[in-house]
Amino acid sequence: MTHTLTPTADLASDIEDVARLLTPDGERIADPELDRWVQDVDASALRGLYRDMVLVRRVDTEGVALQRQGQLALWPPCQGQEATQVGTARAMRADDFAFPSYRETGVVHVRGAKPADFVLAWRGEEHSTYNPYDLHTATQQIIIGAQALHAVGYAMGIQRDRSDQVSVAYFGDGASSQGDVNEAMVFAASYRAPVVFVCTNNHWAISEPVTVQAKFPIAGRAPGFGIPSMRVDGNDVLACLAATRWALDHARTGNGPAFIEAVTYRMGPHTTSDDPTRYRDKDEVESWRRRDPIARIEALLRGEDEFDDAFAATVAEDADALARDVREAAMTATTREPITVLDHVYAEPHSGIDEQRAWFGAYLEGFAADEVHAETGEAAR
Amino acid sequence: MTQLTMAKAVNEGLRRAMADDPKVLVMGEDIGKLGGVFRITDGLQDEFGAERVVDTPLAEAGIMGTAVGLAFRGYRPVVEIQFDGFVYPAFDQIVCQVAKLHYRTRGNVTMPLTIRIPWAGGVGAAEHHSESPEAYFVHTSGLRVVAVSNPQDAYVMLRQAIASNDPVVYFEPKRLYHAKGEVDLGVDLADAPPMGLARVAREGSDVTLLTYGSQVGIALDAATAAEDDGVSIEVIDLRSISPVDYRTVTASVRKTGRVVVTHEAAREAGVGAELIASVTERCFHYLEAPPQRVTGHDIPYPPAKLEKHHLPDLDRILDAVDRVLDRPNSLTGVFEP
Repeated sequence: MTHTLTPTADLASDIEDVARLLTPDGERIADPELDRWVQDVDASALRGLYRDMVLVRRVDTEGVALQRQGQLALWPPCQGQEATQVGTARAMRADDFAFPSYRETGVVHVRGAKPADFVLAWRGEEHSTYNPYDLHTATQQIIIGAQALHAVGYAMGIQRDRSDQVSVAYFGDGASSQGDVNEAMVFAASYRAPVVFVCTNNHWAISEPVTVQAKFPIAGRAPGFGIPSMRVDGNDVLACLAATRWALDHARTGNGPAFIEAVTYRMGPHTTSDDPTRYRDKDEVESWRRRDPIARIEALLRGEDEFDDAFAATVAEDADALARDVREAAMTATTREPITVLDHVYAEPHSGIDEQRAWFGAYLEGFAADEVHAETGEAAR
Repeated sequence: MTQLTMAKAVNEGLRRAMADDPKVLVMGEDIGKLGGVFRITDGLQDEFGAERVVDTPLAEAGIMGTAVGLAFRGYRPVVEIQFDGFVYPAFDQIVCQVAKLHYRTRGNVTMPLTIRIPWAGGVGAAEHHSESPEAYFVHTSGLRVVAVSNPQDAYVMLRQAIASNDPVVYFEPKRLYHAKGEVDLGVDLADAPPMGLARVAREGSDVTLLTYGSQVGIALDAATAAEDDGVSIEVIDLRSISPVDYRTVTASVRKTGRVVVTHEAAREAGVGAELIASVTERCFHYLEAPPQRVTGHDIPYPPAKLEKHHLPDLDRILDAVDRVLDRPNSLTGVFEP
């Protein structure tokens, strides 16, 4: 059986016609295309993937809690998508370059995000906390699909530098309808750019089911652009790792772009501002709870006697510690000085900004003078 | 000094920028073998190869978005948008990404793109080939916007735009592509006036006429015609329309006390509106008359046979000059708003 898409494939919401190495019950099954990419993945490595996913879920839970407690303005939960995010990102080399979207909490975790990096943007303190060049990861993109083109352009730069790096574009099923994503595939194919597209099909673009975006599996579009693709079980971390290793190798060795559709499910709302009970069935959500990606790898490891409660407890402690650090980062965040809103609009001096800075600075100083007057009991100006 | 057309001056600017900096690359539609529909990139692919002179798929958002990625990687892409009216598909990438990435990343990522746009009307072109979209970009912080009016500026300001670490939208008036002028190709860019400075194209004492791009020549013709009438017009070629060099502008207005702005673009919320608002804020007590705008009508660009009735010409400029001087004009006795 092949997982290369053919016109006989089922609809875009299909969840069975996917490449898979672990059944939902955690049974390891063979796949002739994927097996070769994970032969080195031993129990220790699998426990590492488990740990990553538990940490990401814990950060995600903390993010929701912090929003509910008024510490964050918004949070986009990634629960249910941990295997897709961790599996694909763990396949990357440190010097590959990721272009994630806003929901890719697990990707930025794997790429080395610090606790503050998870929350300060959602708190409204910064648009971006980490330097993209430190993590080899672009700022998480909010405009749907725009980053796919950036990843292709970055890959065009890699080509010109004669480097063997690869860039990775992360986007969702909703973004697959955007012109930018389709143009990205045209450019990538045309130039054979070393880029991997990772489309997370989590079944929902806010309230719109994937069937509004696609009448055929999204992975099936890529070959039409001249890009080989694979449709993979996005709740199977081992399959996600294997598929991405295949795709990265394909791109790294000069064969041009590759495309992965990871079929998963957004267990939570689109963001903390969303109410998914208005548009989807409880039964559907429950059916996906039984396909939980973390339980799946735990079942595999337990079945192989490579997992015990002590390990689970250690990981849970690590996760709690990370969550505490995340909470601490949010609660102790200090808002920048008002005048800094004018920083970094331009890289070079700009007369218009200089003028507004001079005015705004003087205006702010006027308030400072008023405060001095208030403290000393003198009349304000 | 060399006599060059503006088209050739832009071509030389690209050639020398590419020769000086291996990170500069040029991308756009039909710019390779064809040399671009206006031949601005003529010969560049032969000289620098297809990796640096990149024929792109016909997708403006794709061109702009991949240029963003190249800039992320340390390149300095010079993007050619084939015609002014074709820039809109790239608008999202320009406004949300090109203009904001430096701000978003607290200065960690720079976007040294130059976006070249063959621009504006007067060449008898088909629909969507004669537009003046500059106000959209002027309104977008994070971008610099310049418009050139002569071959020397076209050469120097392109070099400066490419060297700038900020994104620059660079407007090239199509109708001036074949206009010739003296160009000093050996000019030291560090010594040349920065692209942010306006130029007093003609000194005068009665009226300040603010303009940019292809209207500069028409403004100068108007000044010559007015001279016969005993009116002295100071013409300022703004060159940069974001930011505007208000030091030069206000010095002139404080001298003349009268302001006319002319551009091809439509009037409503256009560059002229911003100029007059700013001039009024800065020079209110020096003004002797309400500032006037001479612009394209607030209409979609008309069919080519009618464009001369849309484009602000010498007579419409002089009519506005008469208004600021309170001389008989087209509105006298007709229209009192």
